[in-house]
Amino acid sequence: METLFFTIFSIMAIAGGFFTIAKKNPLASAMSLTITFLAIAGMYSLLDAPILAVFQILVYAGAIMVLVIFVIMLINQPDEEYAKEKIGRARLTVGIVLGVFLLGILLKVIGSINIPMPPDTPEGFGGINQLGLTLFRSYLYPFEIISILLLVAIVGAVILAARHRQ
Amino acid sequence: MDPKAYLTVAAILFVLGVEGFILRRNMIIILMSVELMLNAVNLTLVAFARMNLDMDAHVVAFFVMALAAAESSVGLAIVIAVFRLKRTANVDDMAIMKG
Repeated sequence: METLFFTIFSIMAIAGGFFTIAKKNPLASAMSLTITFLAIAGMYSLLDAPILAVFQILVYAGAIMVLVIFVIMLINQPDEEYAKEKIGRARLTVGIVLGVFLLGILLKVIGSINIPMPPDTPEGFGGINQLGLTLFRSYLYPFEIISILLLVAIVGAVILAARHRQ
Repeated sequence: MDPKAYLTVAAILFVLGVEGFILRRNMIIILMSVELMLNAVNLTLVAFARMNLDMDAHVVAFFVMALAAAESSVGLAIVIAVFRLKRTANVDDMAIMKG
């Protein structure tokens, strides 16, 4: 059963990832990327990380993709502009060869891993209780610093995107 | 369930993100390829957390998620600002520092 769900989610994720980089229209890319995010959220559920699956859907599919689609709407170019994007055959070939090379290196490293997956997880593993305890006990400083980083990002994004009256 | 399967899917997604980042010329699709790479890394982290039964990797994945949100918002604000100036989202036309 787990293998069936893993197959479905992995096909969804890889197909979504492929169409994200392959489609000319950025809105089609955004929709494919949303499918990838949902598939990855499903894989988090399979990996006993339910609260991360919820956060993945909330943050990525719910906030980041909505922001991307708003920006695509604001940029608002006709389809002919997107069709003009051309990649030379030489650059495409070199890119794909290098990508296959990188994938080969990564798969070789993965093949040398010998850690088995323990069949049972301790009680509450991956739940909100455990995540909260780990976050606020061992990772308190990074948590506060990330809050400041989000504040800086908000201020920066508003300043960059606002119309400045001269 | 073999843990290598999850790591293989994450590796394929990462390489797809790298390809999109290098080969595409549209600014928004480049930013989406970065999000794809970050998600592949998150999947690797969660797979290793399941293998070693350690919750620290979940917390790190949570931080990566927050960072990705912040970085994508700033990146998209930059795209809007540049578009207002140059009326294009193609990185080949943003070469004023060239030469």
